[in-house]
Amino acid sequence: MIAPPPLVAVQDLVKHFAGERGWFGLGQPRAVVRAVDGVSFEIPPAQTLGLVGESGSGKTTTGRAILRLVEPDRGRVTVDGLDVLTLGPRELRALRRRMQIVFQDPYGSLNPRMTVRQMLAEPLAIHRIATGPDAERRIAALLEEVGLDPGFGRSYPHELSGGQRQRVGIARALSVEPQFLVLDEPVSALDVSVQAQVLNLLAELQQRRRLTYLFIAHDLAVVKHIADEVAVMYLGKIVERAPALALYAAPRHPYTTSLLSAVPVPDPTAQRNRIVLSGDVPSPMHPPPGCPFHPRCPHPKKNDRCRTEPPALRAVAPGQLAACHFAEEPL
Amino acid sequence: MTEPLLRVRDLKTYFVTEQGSGTARAVDGVSFDVRPGETLGIVGESGCGKTVTSLSILRLIPEPPGHIRPGSFIEFEGRNILTLEPKELRAVRGNQIAMIFQEPMTSLNPVFTVGDQIAEAAIVHQHLSRAAARRRAIEMLQLVGIPDPEERVDHYPHQMSGGMRQRVMIAMALVCHPKLLIADEPTTALDVTIQAQILELLERLQAELGMAVMLITHDLGVVAGTADRVVVMYAGQVVEQAPTVELFAHPVHPYTEGLLAAVPRLDAPSLSLRTGGRGRLHSIPGQVPAATAWPDGCRFHPRCPYAWDRCRAEEPPLLDASQGDAGTHTARCWLVTEPQRRTRRP
Repeated sequence: MIAPPPLVAVQDLVKHFAGERGWFGLGQPRAVVRAVDGVSFEIPPAQTLGLVGESGSGKTTTGRAILRLVEPDRGRVTVDGLDVLTLGPRELRALRRRMQIVFQDPYGSLNPRMTVRQMLAEPLAIHRIATGPDAERRIAALLEEVGLDPGFGRSYPHELSGGQRQRVGIARALSVEPQFLVLDEPVSALDVSVQAQVLNLLAELQQRRRLTYLFIAHDLAVVKHIADEVAVMYLGKIVERAPALALYAAPRHPYTTSLLSAVPVPDPTAQRNRIVLSGDVPSPMHPPPGCPFHPRCPHPKKNDRCRTEPPALRAVAPGQLAACHFAEEPL
Repeated sequence: MTEPLLRVRDLKTYFVTEQGSGTARAVDGVSFDVRPGETLGIVGESGCGKTVTSLSILRLIPEPPGHIRPGSFIEFEGRNILTLEPKELRAVRGNQIAMIFQEPMTSLNPVFTVGDQIAEAAIVHQHLSRAAARRRAIEMLQLVGIPDPEERVDHYPHQMSGGMRQRVMIAMALVCHPKLLIADEPTTALDVTIQAQILELLERLQAELGMAVMLITHDLGVVAGTADRVVVMYAGQVVEQAPTVELFAHPVHPYTEGLLAAVPRLDAPSLSLRTGGRGRLHSIPGQVPAATAWPDGCRFHPRCPYAWDRCRAEEPPLLDASQGDAGTHTARCWLVTEPQRRTRRP
């Protein structure tokens, strides 16, 4: 069987931010922040790629650069065969109908002065999808689809709970009938009981509408249940990428192994073999030479090669890529 | 059995809401004990009253709009904290009971060095000289695992990472060797690898200093790995209380049961949500009610899969559900008296 062509393909995506200058903008700009530093992946239609990493790893910037909410410096992004990075403003706006984003903080991303109905009507009008009674019908159907009573259309964001606001955020993204959704920490701000409701909803919507997801999260336990494939980022680079089952069962990169071991398990009788990494994530302005993870790496075979030669992301098992010189001898 | 270090009885902390739409009964009759040297986990979702409980213990509730109702009782080492004079209260606060907060950036003062901030409590409470307090601050930085403490003592909070700032907060809290440390979501703002460092640090310091810890968190994973006993809060009340192992193995209250089932787990097989409802995460329907309008009867009944007439009409007290020693496991649920009703609704 031939695999279907990917709906989303990202090749060697790069986004650097200039560091601050000295006082009053004088002097040489300081070091460059390599927020995204050569990221590549593909997502087949109707599948989910989980993009995980700690703060500062570049996962959010990657999501935004793909949608051109920040302009990437380099790389190639195609969505359904269209080259996103070369489009002019008008074509880009047309493409935005097909790719949408849901943000982490549903309070910060909803306009407090607009009712839910107005927020959902706006994209319909902008993209000339529907107005008048037709729009009203669509809004009611959207609300129902995300599990909200259509009466919520008259509510303002402050009248809604966190879970309800996130449902509105999802409805707004869906209103233009996109194929591809970037979900940027969509459940991180929610309480556990509500988080499960929203994850179930996202899974249902994906099934029903054949949506393709880039699911950005720091919580590996959440990603385990929703992703088909998982990519782990560290300091702007993907250090491991694998089908979810393989990544959770047999991680090859010591960072993935450490990250998994650090997730608290809700079972007081569980054997704890937590690997506690020393130190903090280094500054992306001054990434360490060689393997970016080497200063914190707990691998017993770590050697001079790790300190000098950056490991390439390479295939180490069927479908599994890892950027580690010792990927054949995982922790 | 040893005397508890802290005894909270029928604590009620209410707030008058801005719009005058009524009184928010944020904490509404909470009782529990903390024993010397133990870790007590207090678990609950946003709005359950766990933070207001901890702020009430230190009398940090802003009045108005808040007030602790008459009849509430908080006893620390035999003295009622709620009736202490301001001077006596200051001798307890930051000295014998210390607190660390979720946001290390907003809880540290940006215009003082971390050394000055750690030293302050030692100067105020233990009357150390400035030089001695500075030496003490360096010792504390070393204790909490900050490299180059002699240099770091003169740094400002913005020069440090989130994990380091949380270590500084811990150093500040522990400088007077408190008997009780209240840690309110101490790792929630941190990345998981940094969280592991901080939890390990707290565990080590607790063993070294022999203090009791009240760990407030929404994360059942954190509680499972650290607490000796757990108090579960919902809608301003304690709904279940048990030793940690017992609570996770035999949750009695349907809220505890639902919460445990709703946590996406790393140690469980993937539910493959994507393949269209072959697997679904368990969720608790509905949402937490507002503190101005708790439901009648059992406050969890609108979301409870087992609720029957009695639950809607009559509020259950904390009932003894212990399998071992009496009183070690209690739950605010009528299922304790009618366990045969614990059947899934179709």
